[in-house]
Amino acid sequence: MIKLESKIPEGKMADKWTNYIDHAKLVNPSNKRKLDIIIVGTGLAGASAASSLGEMGYKVKVFCYQDSSRRAHSIAAQGGINAAKNYPNDGDSVYRLFYDTVKGGDYRAREANVYRLAEVSNSIIDQGVAQGIPFARDYGGLLDNRSFGGAQVSRTFYARGQTGQQLLLGAYSALSRSIKNGQVELFSRRDMLDVVKIDGRARGIIVRNLVTGELEKHAGHAVVLATGGYGNVFYLSTNAMGSNASPVWQAHKRGAAFANASFVQIHPTCIPVHGDFQSKLTLMSESLRNDGRIWVPKHKKDAEAIQAGKLKPTAIKEEDRDYYLERRYPAFGNLVPRDVASRAAKERCDAGYGVGLGTGLAVYLDFSEAIGRLGKSVVEARYGNLFQMYEKIVDDNPYETPMMIYPAIHYSMGGLWVDYNLMTTIPGLYAIGEANFSDHGANRLGASALMQGLADGYFVLPYTIADYLSDQIHVPRFTGDEKEFNEVLGEVKGKIDKLMNIKGTKSVDSFHKELGHIMWENVGMARNEEGLKKALTEIPKLREEFWKDVKIPGDTAEYNTELEKAGRVADFLELGELMARDALNRTESCGGHFREESATEEGEAKRDDVNFAYVAAWEYKGENVAQELHKENLEFEAIKLVQRNYK
Amino acid sequence: MSNSLLKYASITQKISMSLLGLFLASFLLVHLTINLMLMLPDGGESFRAAAEFMGTNPFIMVFEYVLFAAFFVHIVLGIILWMQNNQARPVAYAKANVSETSFFSKYMIHTGVIIMLFLFLHFVHFYFAKIGLVDASATYMFEGHEHPDFYTMAIELLKQPLYAVIYILSFLALGFHLNHAIQSGFQSLGLEHSKYTPAIKSISTIFALIVAVGFSIIPVFFLIQG
Amino acid sequence: MDLTLKIWRQANTKAKGKMVDYKVTGVSPDSSFFEMLDVLNQSIIEEGGDPVAFDHDCREGICGTCSLYINGRPHGPDSGITTCQLHMRKFKSGDTIYIEPWRAKAFPIIKDLIVNRGAYDEIIQAGGYISVNTGGVPDANAIPIPKVDSDTAMDAASCIGCGACVATCKNASAMLFVAAKVSQFAHLPQGKIEAKRRVQNMVATMDELGFGNCSNTYACEQECPKEISVSHIAKMNREFFAAKLCADVKDI
Repeated sequence: MIKLESKIPEGKMADKWTNYIDHAKLVNPSNKRKLDIIIVGTGLAGASAASSLGEMGYKVKVFCYQDSSRRAHSIAAQGGINAAKNYPNDGDSVYRLFYDTVKGGDYRAREANVYRLAEVSNSIIDQGVAQGIPFARDYGGLLDNRSFGGAQVSRTFYARGQTGQQLLLGAYSALSRSIKNGQVELFSRRDMLDVVKIDGRARGIIVRNLVTGELEKHAGHAVVLATGGYGNVFYLSTNAMGSNASPVWQAHKRGAAFANASFVQIHPTCIPVHGDFQSKLTLMSESLRNDGRIWVPKHKKDAEAIQAGKLKPTAIKEEDRDYYLERRYPAFGNLVPRDVASRAAKERCDAGYGVGLGTGLAVYLDFSEAIGRLGKSVVEARYGNLFQMYEKIVDDNPYETPMMIYPAIHYSMGGLWVDYNLMTTIPGLYAIGEANFSDHGANRLGASALMQGLADGYFVLPYTIADYLSDQIHVPRFTGDEKEFNEVLGEVKGKIDKLMNIKGTKSVDSFHKELGHIMWENVGMARNEEGLKKALTEIPKLREEFWKDVKIPGDTAEYNTELEKAGRVADFLELGELMARDALNRTESCGGHFREESATEEGEAKRDDVNFAYVAAWEYKGENVAQELHKENLEFEAIKLVQRNYK
Repeated sequence: MSNSLLKYASITQKISMSLLGLFLASFLLVHLTINLMLMLPDGGESFRAAAEFMGTNPFIMVFEYVLFAAFFVHIVLGIILWMQNNQARPVAYAKANVSETSFFSKYMIHTGVIIMLFLFLHFVHFYFAKIGLVDASATYMFEGHEHPDFYTMAIELLKQPLYAVIYILSFLALGFHLNHAIQSGFQSLGLEHSKYTPAIKSISTIFALIVAVGFSIIPVFFLIQG
Repeated sequence: MDLTLKIWRQANTKAKGKMVDYKVTGVSPDSSFFEMLDVLNQSIIEEGGDPVAFDHDCREGICGTCSLYINGRPHGPDSGITTCQLHMRKFKSGDTIYIEPWRAKAFPIIKDLIVNRGAYDEIIQAGGYISVNTGGVPDANAIPIPKVDSDTAMDAASCIGCGACVATCKNASAMLFVAAKVSQFAHLPQGKIEAKRRVQNMVATMDELGFGNCSNTYACEQECPKEISVSHIAKMNREFFAAKLCADVKDI
């Protein structure tokens, strides 16, 4: 039976983190050398944590499934990173960033964590500049900012449309330095398959060497999961092909509570689906909404003509266009938060006004007004690489015809439950970055994922992990030969053998696609009781079929991509069910979670603070048994709860 | 470790190649000027005087050894780099590379070898006679001494159609070599600038044209003249 | 579209590989190159064969994982893109497509079309960073940087480390990759502090790993998915020359 203790420090909101630092326990340098830390994942959170902890003197082992630590999917973030620097002198502050994040998350995040995030945000920008990240600058040589959805100030720092790449390469460079100095050891092309606990504490992991197929045991005093989100449960998402939930899911099965599983973000500006064989959705940066105007035809007949390929969008007159975001939300217009923009697009398309060729599943993002106002060269300087990317994929020139966009799964706010220290309910097991249930509540604001990943890795975990490790200094190094390691290794081996021995008829991808379909239809952008219950019966059925009929060619002792995928899909088949269960439990609408039963008369999301102002943390109870719900009630001291309003 | 051949970094080798190459290219202009004198209608007076000056001026005589050394190192380095480059891709592609590049940049070693062979021929014909290793095929009297008559020797050689063809082909190869070499030399030295590099590239081509055309018209001139 | 594929198959690093022919039919011109390979692999799996192994991850041209040498060009017959951004509309029905791995001594083949690019990580570890620890750095606006320098640094920093420059270079030279990192930092005041030792160490590591030399053919610039200019190579040459000539013997 787990107990949720959030361990929020005493004091006023603005003083909590300072108080924490002032009183946290420390580990002295000679003892740090004796402590091993395992970090899984080399994205923003993992790489920044590994380099920072290595610099502090701990012995760090870091793992990634990619061929190089530089390729983690943080690299794909385009638009920017928020910080409360207030360089543009437009009234920003730590409190305002904190407030916007809590509000943007629809009041389902833990206030103290978010405040800390806003507090350390400025240090991230300082760190990045010191690392040589070429953020955008003005002619005066100082940093430039842009505005982003969900905020009325310009607080987003950016490096062209490649901010995630640049921040990740910054963290990667720091990590490379730590590797060179011998403080960190990197293991690439490794899939983490399980967590090993000794006396209830996380003491290591089992990984599979993807090249040789060998299973390896790695031990440490603490284990940090920085393995990202689980958007790929939907099969089609903007996540990388390899992004997976297996590490967090195995941790969950070993006793870590999984929180708010149903909170996933659907990003409004992605390139629409074009066919059945599609493997991946491509995101177009949200920053496009700064200058692009979103619309669909005002008249259904125009929409139908476009869907049939008989009409060009440029032929539709200004007065026949419906700029529905500007119409519905005059205050924020095209810059409403992601969940609001996504649902509005779905609403228009479901009503028959969509413009996707053949599918009707797309809306226009139009730059003609911006090109007229700013000139083509300015638009090109701001968004040139995104326009080029769009043209390569769709074969259409966005300078001349409006872009087509549609929402797609993008980010998971849910994840492993963690306390203020970022520790899960397994002592010694931490989750940072997108892998934890995080600071974004029910919806993440644009440019906040990079901020959170790096905040956790550079400035939070290095402090909070010391609090745990300070009483571990007398624990001798683990070797990986302890009996617990061999037991877990045996279980992992058993699972792999079981998968290989099914020798069924259907490929892993076909199961994954089917799961994705169930998820998108029933646990997607709009959810209702009927659909969720349907998902709860269909997913277990599919899972059963998977374990009877999946076909994995090849051998275990070799490079076997199908086996890799099979393990991941097996876990998605369990996680998907929890997501549906969590969504069914939460009968309110909040952020990215929209329950059709809980809407205002205008169709906007309706929160239920009386019954649902809590974090739903689920405890694993065994194979094919429903998880048990634990509630962490959310207390709001610094912010008053109000219904979100972007009108 | 392909570079254990020479304990110098790849870029050091490239910089050396560039400096030596640019130095050799500057010498070409001197040589071209003298060769063009062959065509002056003064019975070889200017050419012989220039050859005499080149052969007796103490500064030039020392310089000659510097030049030889430059040739030697440039050639040896070129071969070493070529060998290292071959080792860097032990298995070739099944489908040959079709990336767009300047054509002759890929054949520097080939044009280089042609030039080296011609240089060898050139030595046999002229330099060996000059240092007395072989007997000159023609001589003339100057200040009471018998001197190799490079003017007559050159014209006789150039009037042979086979030699003329070899001569022209060699200088064509040199032109191609130089067309890439000059601008490449600047690049290897890091002398690149958004303003000046386009000019350097044009100069490189013009220089290559001057050398190739300048040398090649001489045999053509004598063949036409009969 | 119906296509004939000639694909390099190699079981592991030590095994002998060979080109194998495959047929795919009914490919949509709107699908991506990888989606076409996905279709091929599904049919290989159905027939009980071993699917073709290739590296890919983000499928949006930024992670730098994908690495196919298609019809004599890294990332195939289009410029400024990675393989994952290549779409089948660039081919015609009936085409024969050669698909090979990156070929370089420094990039040994792991399986089929997958190569080990660990050499790139080693080069970065030799000095591709600014030696600052987490925390204790000056305010971000304390160091003004001319916009043109910052933009040039960004041009260089956009390298995704895919290895196309090595793959297309006739000498399998990694100069563009190394130069991109050296030049990024050389254009920034933060990077100047250890610029001399950085360029010397990174070049030395590049040489040790068995990459070829630069012949200034500029194929790398042509094939770089991020269109990184060879002017960064000149910048590195300049930096290297200056460092070799002027750096203190202890500054390495």
